[in-house]
Amino acid sequence: MIVLTRGSGSRCRRDVGPLQPAHMGIASLANPGRFLAVAGRLLPWLWGATIVLLAVGLYLAFFVAPPDYQQGDTVRIMFIHVPSAWLSMAGYAVMAIAAIGTLVWRHPLADVTQKAAAPIGAAFTLVTLLTGSIWGRPMWGTWWEWDGRLTSELVLLLIYFAIIALWQAIEDPGRAARAVSILTLVGTINLPIIKFSVDWWSTLHQPASVIRLGGPTIHSSLLVPLLVMAVAMTLLYAALLLMAMRNEILRRRVRTLELTAAGARP
Amino acid sequence: MSYASFIAAAYIVTLIVLLALVAWVVLDGRRLRRQLANLEERGIRRRSANRESGA
Repeated sequence: MIVLTRGSGSRCRRDVGPLQPAHMGIASLANPGRFLAVAGRLLPWLWGATIVLLAVGLYLAFFVAPPDYQQGDTVRIMFIHVPSAWLSMAGYAVMAIAAIGTLVWRHPLADVTQKAAAPIGAAFTLVTLLTGSIWGRPMWGTWWEWDGRLTSELVLLLIYFAIIALWQAIEDPGRAARAVSILTLVGTINLPIIKFSVDWWSTLHQPASVIRLGGPTIHSSLLVPLLVMAVAMTLLYAALLLMAMRNEILRRRVRTLELTAAGARP
Repeated sequence: MSYASFIAAAYIVTLIVLLALVAWVVLDGRRLRRQLANLEERGIRRRSANRESGA
């Protein structure tokens, strides 16, 4: 039941109908305290699933997947490079959606999500660039090439760094969130550039072979380990994001309490 | 370098970056919980915690 107090001081009671609990359940996750409780219950399962799937994926990658007819055994680098690349962009999309939540709805957890997601997305972007470079040396004969895909992925890393720097530059989380949201949304233009760079320009990087209109072009013996690793790394991303969001909520509580303590001193 | 060394290098680099990320998140969380516990020991509490205790 909900107890409502009107301005005149009179009180009325209203029973919560059958449709409202679900809506209130979803909306109640916006409450940081409730989110902390839900995250605490979810995280052990996420970590368990991550570890199991990583073990299965790595077994498939090293002991089941055959060498590629062109790449040979270096195809095994793709099982970490490709999922990292997907997560580098998906992580940015998470931040962009959260940015809209911050600017339009001022959702309580939107800016928490934005701040928590930035370092994680940057890490996966770094893994993408490093593993791609290591793969490129034996395959292309070069550690780096200024082609469309590689350059736009590097730009993505720099945008991540800029977002992290901007969070640190503005002390008030609310003001920082608005500035970061605008930067994040402007940077979103880079996502289609990364995706379609291999189609728009004559690039060294090969075109899409999994997420494409005609369906995947790689054999199932390579596609299955790739997808298992992709799911495993996505679960890892989700677990780290929940933990980082939890940290950010605690950080804001510490900040509030320290400000309260400072204000209480004579 | 053989292909095996490139493959090993890629996986080692990935492991280092991801382990560093996990370590940062875990250690950051522990540090924040310690800070919160210290503040509560000093009697500095959130208003909602004070309401619950009837203060």
